[in-house]
Amino acid sequence: MTPILYWIFSARVFFWIFSALTLGFGAATILNRNPVASALSLVVSLLSLSALFFSLEAYFIAVIQILVYAGAVMVLFLFIIMLLDIKAEQRRPLSLPVLFGGGAVIGLFISQITLVLRSFPAGNKPFPPLAAGPLLDAQNIGMTLFSAYNLPFQVVGVLILVASIGVVVLSTRELK
Amino acid sequence: MVTLNDYLLVSGLLFSLGLAGVLLRRNVLIIFMALELMLNAANLSLVAFSRFGTLNGLPNYNGQMLVFFIITVAAAEVAVGLALIVALYRARQTTHVDDLNSLKF
Repeated sequence: MTPILYWIFSARVFFWIFSALTLGFGAATILNRNPVASALSLVVSLLSLSALFFSLEAYFIAVIQILVYAGAVMVLFLFIIMLLDIKAEQRRPLSLPVLFGGGAVIGLFISQITLVLRSFPAGNKPFPPLAAGPLLDAQNIGMTLFSAYNLPFQVVGVLILVASIGVVVLSTRELK
Repeated sequence: MVTLNDYLLVSGLLFSLGLAGVLLRRNVLIIFMALELMLNAANLSLVAFSRFGTLNGLPNYNGQMLVFFIITVAAAEVAVGLALIVALYRARQTTHVDDLNSLKF
């Protein structure tokens, strides 16, 4: 391969492509007036985020990110948006304190992150290499989940039961 | 090389996008989507740290376990939250937070 192809297929270029997609479509999610366009941008953002998970060799997490988030959760969102038949939001003026307060909080947060990252030189080293041979990701996650994290796993089952019963109760008509 | 700090920077920017959406948008559904963005930003930094803190040549799976539980809880939260929004819409015919102020002090 020529050097330019090596450069194009390097991990760094892919990282920046998928980061730009994640952030760009994340921004589109909060900037769109139309909720349907917003939800579809969020799907693209979550899919590119799962590509970042693949680049971090978290294959199982990346796959459930696609299946659960980009699949189930976003279908639920789109279903509700279309069920409620929400039109594009009409423009209303934002109050100035909200605008300035929100802008100040976000600016402070970003400057805090840059400060912290600048004072963390350990994070500028490359990632440590993994052991040679195939990475049995799903197997390792299963072993950890059913040994060290068995109790939280059972509790999450109860949580999902409570959530589904709650949804059924909320969806019945007599809610006054 | 792509380093841990690059991933943390992307994660922080994604989190601030979500925060901006929650603070500045007025539509309940879009605020809810911005909440999902913030959860995903936290997931990204957890997975990056899990890859960074290798144990015996394997990623540190404690971080990925936390991501697994966050995704599960987020799915339950979306189901309940959307049911609440539907109930609210039935009662009020609006998803605009400025019109939903009967709990306001």
